[in-house]
Amino acid sequence: MKVIFDCPQALSDVTTHYCPGCTHGIIHRLVAEAIDELGILERTVGVASVGCSVLAYDYLECDWQQAAHGRAPAVATGIKRALPDGIVFTYQGDGDLASIGTAEIIHAANRGEAITVIYVNNTNYGMTGGQMAPTTLIGQVTTTSPGGRDVKEAGYPLRMAEMLATLEGVNYLARVAVNSPANIMKAKRAIKQAFRVQVEDDGFALVEVLSTCPTNWRLDPVEALQWVEDNMIPYYPLGEFKVSGEVK
Amino acid sequence: MRGDKVLMVGNEAIGEAAIRAGCQLYFAYPITPQSELPQLLARRMPEEGRVFLQAESEVAAINMVYGAAGAGSRVMTSSSSPGISLKQEGISYIAGAELPCVIVNIVRGGPGLGGIQPAQSDYFQATKGGGHGDYRLIVLAPASVQEMVDLTALAFDLADKYRNPVMILGDGVLGQMMEPVEFGDIKPEIPSKPWATTGRKGRDRNVVNSLYLDPNKLEEHNWHLQAKYRKIEEEEIRFDTFNLDDAQLIIVAYGISARIARTAIEMARADGIAAGLLRPITLFPFPTGAIAQAAEKARAFLSLELSAGQMVEDVRLAVNGKRPVHFYGRTGGIIPTPQEVYGEIKKIAGEEVAK
Ligand SMILES: Cc1ncc(C[n+]2csc(CCOP(=O)(O)OP(=O)(O)O)c2C)c(N)n1
Ligand code: SF4
Repeated sequence: MKVIFDCPQALSDVTTHYCPGCTHGIIHRLVAEAIDELGILERTVGVASVGCSVLAYDYLECDWQQAAHGRAPAVATGIKRALPDGIVFTYQGDGDLASIGTAEIIHAANRGEAITVIYVNNTNYGMTGGQMAPTTLIGQVTTTSPGGRDVKEAGYPLRMAEMLATLEGVNYLARVAVNSPANIMKAKRAIKQAFRVQVEDDGFALVEVLSTCPTNWRLDPVEALQWVEDNMIPYYPLGEFKVSGEVK
Repeated sequence: MRGDKVLMVGNEAIGEAAIRAGCQLYFAYPITPQSELPQLLARRMPEEGRVFLQAESEVAAINMVYGAAGAGSRVMTSSSSPGISLKQEGISYIAGAELPCVIVNIVRGGPGLGGIQPAQSDYFQATKGGGHGDYRLIVLAPASVQEMVDLTALAFDLADKYRNPVMILGDGVLGQMMEPVEFGDIKPEIPSKPWATTGRKGRDRNVVNSLYLDPNKLEEHNWHLQAKYRKIEEEEIRFDTFNLDDAQLIIVAYGISARIARTAIEMARADGIAAGLLRPITLFPFPTGAIAQAAEKARAFLSLELSAGQMVEDVRLAVNGKRPVHFYGRTGGIIPTPQEVYGEIKKIAGEEVAK
């Protein structure tokens, strides 16, 4: 019998702690598939960040280090400099990467640090109870923007991919979503490319993944997928912003 | 090699010793008064095929240290007081995850931006934890440029032996003072590190982590750390003495203060006052037992520090009420003269020893 669907080798055979309908799990699977297909499991070190994905080290079969909030790119830099032949990636939320960790991500990208960054944007701080993040959309209600995000008070949602694409050190940069089968296929290609860049020693690669947080958005899983389509993608356009160091 | 003396400033001596001790990576952010150290390593590390990286901040630098230490390499960072404050989050994570590394603090006056002159006002921060959680660093306090070399080599070995961050606590005088040093044959003792995240080839995966969501597991981890600190207290206390045996008045001082104390003690002895010195070399573990023992015979103690009085608390705990413990200190980068310290000795001798 031909196997048409199986658990990737790099994905642990355990139940995750993610809420029903949360797309962190899909993104984990895409990372695991990329690691399998490139045959790099035995030399990969992941850096887990602070956020809902802090336990990612229980879900992917590679070596891991758990980093302080926002510091994953600096930790990854230390690992990569110590192990130039290793494959090092970070897995960070939008509070982690776009708020407390802005300095670390900008400078790792600007140095062209040969690491891969998986940046999961769900427009809020999921783990701590759905507070406003720098990525929260204008008017979006969160537990710390009860009247909706007011740009006069809180500024504008931060488009990290566009900002980072201006840096010379970045080799590959894309924004994808995991809210439909077609988008998941594109996300998979981007994530694999972001690892391939590192395997080929071509510098820094980042994929921003638009992800759901049905729990804190107060939506059911299907509505949450639609919310990504209707509200996030118009503000955070999908596509490749940089390929082989060239701005797209 | 021992015997070949070279003239070096303390900051550079630490750098050269680190290279000889097998330090593979160095991450730091510029700050006075330790600049000679990164400047030396910017040249020397690449010469040796090793990594020098100027980080975007002290926060990033200490997290790079975490990553490299977790990957099994000997690694060092250095800074001065305000920068060390920024590193505290990372140091807490390093202690929690039990990673070996060396952190150099060439202390300057505080609080806040303070000044750039030498101080010893980071004693509490260095010896009592510094960041959040129940943890300790091993803290080494050199008092000469030669000791900066010797203790740097020791720092790397102790860090690996105990899987614990080790801090070298210097000050701006030692960092910028030039003295003859010899490097001898530093023989790094580097154990195997089966826990390091080097890629899982041929073994189960490794995870470097300080997160324990189950309170029982976290408590177990905390008691494990405490047991390690108790072992360090049993095995690694180091101190030096000068004229201690018959001393009636014992000055406890470390680093540059101890050198001033020595001169003041010589002046006191010339005048017939039986003063002596106990110089802690390890600030954690603190030579509590040696001080308690000295308290059996001596009449009084004086803690001499470039601070408003920090180590004096540990001296008092060690003396445990048996004898009076006095304090003399200057702050802000002012260094007391030996005459000034001798004045204090005479005052205390008049009050206590003459009784
Ligand atoms: C220094 C520090 N500040 C705050 C926190 C609390 N904290 C834990 S997770 C988190 C937010 C994470 O949000 P995000 O990165 O968006 O990830 P998500 O949970 O949404 O996946 C915060 C603020 C912390 N652990 N450390
Ligand atoms: S809180 Fe949100 S991001 Fe976190 S697991 Fe639940 S749905 Fe996912």
